[in-house]
Amino acid sequence: MNNSIATWMHKRQKVRLLALLAAPGLWLVVAYLGALGALLVTAFFTIDNFTGDTIPGFNLGNFHDMVSDPAYRNVMFRTLGIALSVTLICSAIAIPMAFFMAKVAKPRNQKFLVALVLTPLWASYLVKIYAWRSMLEPGTGVIDWLLSPLGIHSPGFGGPAIIIGLSYLWLPYMILPIYAGLERLPNSLLDASGDLGARNFYTFRKVVLPLIFPSLVAGSMFTFSLSLGDYITAQIIGGKLQMLGNVVYQNFSINLPFAATIATIPITIMALYLWLVRRTGALASL
Amino acid sequence: MTLSNRARYALASLMGVGLAFIYIPLSVVVINSFNASRTFSWPPTGLSLKWWSKAIANTGVRQALGWSVAAGLSATAIALLLGTCLAFAVSRYEFFGKEVISLLVVLPISLPGVVTGIALSNAFTKQLGISTSLLTVIIGHATFCIVVVYNNALARLRRMGTSLQEASMDLGANGFTTFRLITLPNLASALFAGGLLAFGLSFDEIVVTTFTAGPGIQTLPIWIYDNLFRPNQAPVVNVVAATLVVFSLIPIYLSQWLSQDSTSGGRF
Repeated sequence: MNNSIATWMHKRQKVRLLALLAAPGLWLVVAYLGALGALLVTAFFTIDNFTGDTIPGFNLGNFHDMVSDPAYRNVMFRTLGIALSVTLICSAIAIPMAFFMAKVAKPRNQKFLVALVLTPLWASYLVKIYAWRSMLEPGTGVIDWLLSPLGIHSPGFGGPAIIIGLSYLWLPYMILPIYAGLERLPNSLLDASGDLGARNFYTFRKVVLPLIFPSLVAGSMFTFSLSLGDYITAQIIGGKLQMLGNVVYQNFSINLPFAATIATIPITIMALYLWLVRRTGALASL
Repeated sequence: MTLSNRARYALASLMGVGLAFIYIPLSVVVINSFNASRTFSWPPTGLSLKWWSKAIANTGVRQALGWSVAAGLSATAIALLLGTCLAFAVSRYEFFGKEVISLLVVLPISLPGVVTGIALSNAFTKQLGISTSLLTVIIGHATFCIVVVYNNALARLRRMGTSLQEASMDLGANGFTTFRLITLPNLASALFAGGLLAFGLSFDEIVVTTFTAGPGIQTLPIWIYDNLFRPNQAPVVNVVAATLVVFSLIPIYLSQWLSQDSTSGGRF
């Protein structure tokens, strides 16, 4: 019996493929894409001011409100600025660390260093942001205790705190692809550059950087996109500052169509970003 | 590689600064859980174990842990099944829409959690008319967990090739026997790594959970979040946070021990 089913299946490739694709295909297309589509359509709906119910229809009013109100424009540019800063800070910290791990550390230490960098990825997101609350707390926080003798004071809760917190959260996502890229980069290239008279920094700029560019782009996909949609970090260490995610979150229960409208901003930015990345061909060479 | 000693020392110290940046905040969380005082102030004025015993006795925490484990295990089981099927289809067959499927599977973790969260919540409560519960949390989690199982399984299947299966079939084993004796054992460690990561993602998830959890369903991250700003709960939150930091070492050891395909366990 078992054998005859197996033989029957073996002869029919289409049946096997269909059996494999049916469940995940239905899940992703119907459950996920369907839900996403339904949400985006809601952006064109309006809301009944008395009952708070959504009224289906085609209305661009939400988009008009979003574009015409300078408050939302500010939030959008602030969020973009934060996501870009986080990406730059993560790259600046990650490149030397990844370089040390891949090219300077002894081979037997490499695995250990990778584990050290990876560990915080498994530590809870909330715990890490909570940790930064204790770090940044003005007056009684760890930063003030540690650095006030040097004349440095905690920036307190607000924009800089959000940037520090998000950089902290996503740093491993930047280190790992750069480390992987550097590991693939043959040492002979660096030696050749040195033999031809290039100084360390020149070799870095002309040989290393162009070759790890795809890894940087891969890392930035995480640092940029994860920062773009975040709202919890802003709630915990952002003071009164809002990001796009906070606006979506606040509107979710009172005005779903408007929440959906705001949600189109990060989706559009991410789509543009992915398209740009594809054009540079960075993903293909990963 | 030839680097001047100065450059080596510079890089080593940057590595040290980076590691300090990573580990100082985590150490603060662990030390803070022993802080005797109820309110936060650094450095701690005295050390005590009393908050640890309070936290262990806290029923809210234990219940939240239960919800988290239940949601994580169920979402991981679904993700293992769906992700493996998808990886087989993509690695072994040619079909129309293959590119679309491989894009679709990463979409749930590429888009902001808040978008996925409100989309699912809207679909569940408004479109389908089902009320949120633990089941809706599981569905939400499974949706973004599929990709990590898929990535791990796909990498392994591509590396394995098909020659072993063909040899098995040539020797007379049917499709089921070949899967049981050849394919599955070769795939097992990749599935374990993928499953581990899926569980980790689900266990830590807060945004999608916020929007899909039914009344009374409080996973551990939601519990932490709800109690974060309650001053008299702060010591217990500290202990839970410290425990989570310490427990994060376990999956790292497990995944280092079996990492063969990638150092990141297929996040990339």
